Amino acid sequence: MNLHAILAIYRFEMARTWRTVVQSIVSPVISTSLYFVVFGSAIGSRISEIDGISYGAFIVPGLVMLSLLTQSISNASFGIYFPKFTGTIYELLSAPVSYVEIVVSYVGAAASKSIILGLIILLTSSLFVPLRIEHPLWMILFLILTAVTFSLFGFIIGIWADNFEKLQVVPMLIITPLTFLGGSFYSVNMLPPFWRTVTLFNPVVYLISGFRWSFYGKADVAIGISLAVTALFLAIFLAIVAWMFKTGYRLKN
Amino acid sequence: MPTIISIKKLSKTYASGLHALRNIDLDIRRGEIFALLGPNGAGKTTLISTICGIVRPSAGSVSVDGHDIVADYRAARSMIGLVPQELTTDAFESVWATVSFSRGLFGKSPNPAHIEKVLRDLSLWDKKDQRIRTLSGGMKRRLLIAKALSHEPRVLFLDEPTAGVDVNLRRDMWQLVRVLRDSGVTIILTTHYIEEAEEMADRVGVISNGEIILVENKAELMHKLGKKKLSLLLKQPLHHVPPALAGYQLKLSDDGNELIYTYDTQGERTGIVRLLDDLNQAGIRFKDLRTSESSLEDIFVNLVRDRQ
Repeated sequence: MNLHAILAIYRFEMARTWRTVVQSIVSPVISTSLYFVVFGSAIGSRISEIDGISYGAFIVPGLVMLSLLTQSISNASFGIYFPKFTGTIYELLSAPVSYVEIVVSYVGAAASKSIILGLIILLTSSLFVPLRIEHPLWMILFLILTAVTFSLFGFIIGIWADNFEKLQVVPMLIITPLTFLGGSFYSVNMLPPFWRTVTLFNPVVYLISGFRWSFYGKADVAIGISLAVTALFLAIFLAIVAWMFKTGYRLKN
Repeated sequence: MPTIISIKKLSKTYASGLHALRNIDLDIRRGEIFALLGPNGAGKTTLISTICGIVRPSAGSVSVDGHDIVADYRAARSMIGLVPQELTTDAFESVWATVSFSRGLFGKSPNPAHIEKVLRDLSLWDKKDQRIRTLSGGMKRRLLIAKALSHEPRVLFLDEPTAGVDVNLRRDMWQLVRVLRDSGVTIILTTHYIEEAEEMADRVGVISNGEIILVENKAELMHKLGKKKLSLLLKQPLHHVPPALAGYQLKLSDDGNELIYTYDTQGERTGIVRLLDDLNQAGIRFKDLRTSESSLEDIFVNLVRDRQ
């Protein structure tokens, strides 16, 4: 195991976060605060409680998950795409580093950044609403599992993308809508039966539901199913990454 | 000298169907400076990229100090430093950070003293805290060399190292390459500047159309394939070469003031004495003469042209 290489890449990636602290951390925190102001005030004044939880507190897990998913993808995709774009990828490909080490370092850094961000958003939320976390270990587990899984997804996008537009397409056009429609701001049980059934095809529902359960002990779907869906995502993304490295897809000629 | 890089039957065919390398056999000797010459698209960069692990070979094998580049890639790659042709850098990083990163990437523990030495040797020490984007092109080129040297490689690939570099910096780089060679580093360089190969290389390889068409000790190559020219500056201009001298295949300059005789340095007799006698008998007098030797560039151009 080339630990020096893993550390070098990890530090390099984390250093970019501190260099771009406004874009990486301040901007998502401001966006989340705005969600609280808009949704908490406008909608929260009309919906007092959902499943016995105040509306403001109810949306916290969904908001954290929204940032976690988009930032994990964005961090990891940019991390591997940028060396491809600038040409510095030659150094990575010619170094004595295994594919596992490359993935661990890039995905590890991207996941670390989004977990830090998720925790900052939680802290920010606590300024607006009273928070309680019934299952803190499960909360941490979901946080880490989701961050790692979607950082892997971002890594795949970063290898696949051959321009900056493609880098933005998946997070903007797929992940964000799925998160909004996945119960971030409402309970799936509030929907009419038809739309409720349709919503269950949205994989993000299971992530948000499981995460919310770790806070309030209430979920739209069973916790075991949420965990299984997250693990399924992880397995699928790992398989795709393994295939990419095996074939050299868009990395090696 | 023992072999440090051994290339056997190496071929590379890209997905587009382009045969970039064809059945290449080549041994690089430990501690030498090997210049790989070839026209654009000949396969120089593909060959280097394959040895370094950036391009997957289609067939054949390469070993670096006995380590196969596929089966034992860690050991093989850790011995190699690569300076790419393009100025590819992390614009927003500092000089110190990027060179330290390269050392870590190649599995070496931090060694600030070594990084400092490398930066000082390349006259980059006073720029160590500057962002790369603020450096000039020449400095970026030196920075790429610093990154390649950060992990103390035993083999250094320089892909067009002095492209776009001014004359003074080019000479500094040549000096640095010699110092590295003297310290035991094997150097393989590709270049368009024949002067560069002529100045530095111990051996020269010529690649054309994906095939190695010649590998030779530089001095022997110039000796074997080199031709000399004898130029005679005439007292009186000639309109044409007299028929009596037709056997010498002389060339007459456009203004008729100079006769040029080309002869083979390998020949037992150069024919110069007989030519001078015959000129005397033909009543042709000259006021001065000079000889010149083929440059590596002449040899290279002739080789590639003959091949095509």
